[in-house]
Amino acid sequence: MSWYRPADVGFKARSVLADWGYGARLLMRLFMLFGASVRRFGLVRNQIHFLGNYSLAIITVSGLFVGFVLGLQGYYTLQRYGSSEALGLLVTLSLVRELGPVITALLFAGRAGASLTAEIGLMRAGEQITAMEMMAVDPVSRLLAPRFWGGVISMPLLAAVFSTVGVFGGYMVGVVLIGVDAGAFWSQMQGGVDVWKDVGNGIVKSVVFGVAVTFIALLQGFKAQPTPEGVSTATTRTVVISSLSVLGLDFILTVMMFSI
Amino acid sequence: MERSKNDVWVGLFVIIGLAAILFLALKSANLLNLSFQPEYRIIAKFDNVGGLKPRAAVKSAGVVVGRVESIALDDKTFQARVTLALDSRYTFPKDSSLKILTSGLLGEQYIGIEAGADEKNLAAGDTIASTQSAVVLENLIGQFLYSKAAEGPNPQGSAPKK
Repeated sequence: MSWYRPADVGFKARSVLADWGYGARLLMRLFMLFGASVRRFGLVRNQIHFLGNYSLAIITVSGLFVGFVLGLQGYYTLQRYGSSEALGLLVTLSLVRELGPVITALLFAGRAGASLTAEIGLMRAGEQITAMEMMAVDPVSRLLAPRFWGGVISMPLLAAVFSTVGVFGGYMVGVVLIGVDAGAFWSQMQGGVDVWKDVGNGIVKSVVFGVAVTFIALLQGFKAQPTPEGVSTATTRTVVISSLSVLGLDFILTVMMFSI
Repeated sequence: MERSKNDVWVGLFVIIGLAAILFLALKSANLLNLSFQPEYRIIAKFDNVGGLKPRAAVKSAGVVVGRVESIALDDKTFQARVTLALDSRYTFPKDSSLKILTSGLLGEQYIGIEAGADEKNLAAGDTIASTQSAVVLENLIGQFLYSKAAEGPNPQGSAPKK
């Protein structure tokens, strides 16, 4: 493509617009297929099992270690100002507001999003999706919608597990290892964390990330080139695009939620 | 719908996730203390609320008895109109006074209630007039400088005027 040839520029603009339009329409359809997915909940349940249960181990371990590190680093910074009792508040607020949803979404993109893309992409490459269309089975409602809703349901639960385990990690390092007062740890936390503003917004964030990551993975798999190379490109793009969009969305959501 | 062996594991996963949300809501954000007990609202007029924020604590003798619900400017008297939501378990005499206090040197500001001696108690919608504003550091410094200047040109300056 060369920028000085109007035909090339026009074609590029048209194809970008068509891609966005295709994605937006697919997302609309997935949202509207919520009822159909609930009616055949067995399919969604299998996807929650695959996306959620199998991600539980990596989420728990990462949450624990993020909590450990937050406890150590937070204590190091806070004790300079003589306020190491606020450690519980620092650990919990950073986990519930930011780190829980964001790191969970990044791990989910790598752990589950990539496998979703590869699965759908190989179905496309093996012409299974074409075969379903031939049999008048709608691949969007049979393949994509259960995976989409499975991912959207799993993500907030995983993020909550991540934050909770992280709080316990911070407690272990801060209270058990370093010796911050346990009562102050909890009471400072309870004084500073608001149910709706902090915990609720964190859950809203993780739902939004769940929609973004799962949708990007499914879209990339669904429109992958039906070749081995095409599937591998689609998998890579899933991880890159969903990680970047999670970080971008996080900034936008943080500005909307907490900048008062 | 057919049952499958996944049911157990998916159920466990969902239960763990919901338990985590519940933990965050109850233990770290302390929803339990955010009592659903009936409250009553009273109004207080302050000349200056300083850094007081909505949801700040209202304490009496150090015990939290309510929350600041909203802060607005009364554009007739140009005072701050603070609505307090007090726990119905606690009642205070009608002539109680309010102070804006600070917890610690740099801490959050809260409202302290000092109980009066009236036999009638505050009811919902009452207005408390005897309030003491927040301490504004700039005003304090200004007063200090003013009183220093008022001592006049006293080169010795060792004996402060009584």
